[in-house]
Amino acid sequence: MKRRNGFLTAGLVLTGLVAALILLGAFWTPYDPNAMAAGPKFDSPSPAHWMGTDNFGRDIFSRVLQGAGATASIALATLFIGAAGGCLAGALTGYFGGAADELLMRLNDVLTAFPSILLALVVISVLGPGKKINVILALGLVFIPSFARVSRTAFASLRDVNYIQSARLMGASNLRILAVHMLPNTAPVLLPALTIGFNNAVLAEASMSFLGIGVTPPDASLGYMLSEAQGMLFAAPWYAAGTGLVIVAMVFSVGLLGEGLRRRDKGVL
Amino acid sequence: MNYLLKRVLAGLATMLAVSFFTFAAFSLISGDTATAMLGTSATPERLAALRAELGLDRPLPVRYGAWLAGFFTGDLGVSTSYSQPVRDLLAPKIALTLGLSLVSFALITAVSIPLGVFTAGRRRFEGARTVLNQLGMAVPPFFTGILLSWFFGVGLKWFTPGQFPDAKQDFAGAAVYLLFAAIALSIPRIAMTARMLRSTVQEELGKDYVRTAIARGNDRGQVLRRHVLKNALPPVVAFLAQTMAEIVAGSIVVEQVFVIPGLGQMLVSSISNRDYPVVQAIVVILALWVVLAGTAADLISQRIDPRLRLGGAA
Repeated sequence: MKRRNGFLTAGLVLTGLVAALILLGAFWTPYDPNAMAAGPKFDSPSPAHWMGTDNFGRDIFSRVLQGAGATASIALATLFIGAAGGCLAGALTGYFGGAADELLMRLNDVLTAFPSILLALVVISVLGPGKKINVILALGLVFIPSFARVSRTAFASLRDVNYIQSARLMGASNLRILAVHMLPNTAPVLLPALTIGFNNAVLAEASMSFLGIGVTPPDASLGYMLSEAQGMLFAAPWYAAGTGLVIVAMVFSVGLLGEGLRRRDKGVL
Repeated sequence: MNYLLKRVLAGLATMLAVSFFTFAAFSLISGDTATAMLGTSATPERLAALRAELGLDRPLPVRYGAWLAGFFTGDLGVSTSYSQPVRDLLAPKIALTLGLSLVSFALITAVSIPLGVFTAGRRRFEGARTVLNQLGMAVPPFFTGILLSWFFGVGLKWFTPGQFPDAKQDFAGAAVYLLFAAIALSIPRIAMTARMLRSTVQEELGKDYVRTAIARGNDRGQVLRRHVLKNALPPVVAFLAQTMAEIVAGSIVVEQVFVIPGLGQMLVSSISNRDYPVVQAIVVILALWVVLAGTAADLISQRIDPRLRLGGAA
């Protein structure tokens, strides 16, 4: 008996919508995001300016679209570094075990005891604040341990399963076993972890840019825009509301997607 | 007792490793410290003299040892941008940040545990609750903070956003201010903790001993409180220990939103100023706080569940 997985459907639809908006923003925005006086200053939301305008009369919706694109691309790049590095480390140590495994897990314990944003701040103050590539590197490095932990458990649990042993008996190389036989079967664990990782990356990037240490102008980022918006809370509360809601929408839709994936693979509906 | 000793030693080792990593990382760039203080036009001789004065010419382990000895005797070095002892700079800020994190922690525990237990036994509106839960996790503390200061600060005027009252003159005002900051900080963690507790309680409720206990005529509520909760709590306590790490990270952001002059704000401005002695001291203080909380949580879960004492934990 198969029941519909409402979370997966809703998550896919919402994530698709957000992704479509972001893609649209990369090619076309209602106004030039940086054009001063696209409308009157501090104009409240209207059909002409969906999220109103800021202190220079720039169209906030156009700016948010562009900022969301920047935030999402940084989050994806971060996720790529964190997931690729973490899964590689986790797969090798989980599959082969031994001293390297022991050492890596101890190191992991130390790192996870440490607040991730604090760690990212340390890395970024070493690399130099304010550059996009440094933000990606810092966050990517910080995200490696959690992925290593999750994937290590997944790979280790498959190590002695019958079909892996039979593949080994048939003379498959370790590389083939890891990539062809094990990787697809870790998907139930790794896919939800990817959605959580994406959300953490979005929130971490937004926090760092909000603090003025992450992405700084002229690069657009939702976090930096929100800190700008906070200064105009009296004059243009819609600026903060619009920017914040876009972050919430991104994280919420990917979160639903993750919940859906988790339920599908656990069989909980 | 043996377990206690082992746990404390593990905490200490973590602490040493964290402080050494931080120290080594900042030493990589500490050549900049002398240049930062004297400017790029300084002669190599003056730079070398300053490095010798600051002790930057000694090997790394020696400098780390000296710094560690200083840390425990309260000598944290001198700030490069304020030219003041780091200790005097940080002393008034520590209480604020630790206070904020304690209030947030209390809030998270007090709300999420009853919430998780209460919702575990009930299956109605499960979909709506999960959506609410996801929404709670999706709202970043700095956005909640802006919303709260807009509604309660600008709108209802319960506090003045951006002006933290001096705790000595206006304790109640400072407490209200901190409470709002703590609420902003807590919401996502409350959602996560409640969700986790709910799933561990539900897992326990499906076990045989629960069915037996209820079949023998025990009160459902009592079974939940006496037996189920006891088994469901340890993973949650471990999760709450990690929560302290997240709270500390979140407080850095929330202090910025509410303009609270705590360690987090100092950390951010010191990173921008490349004031490494201050950054380093703050990072190690915050890490120490997190490790302390983690150790305490481990000891508590081991009290609740004696099975963990047999070496399963570490």
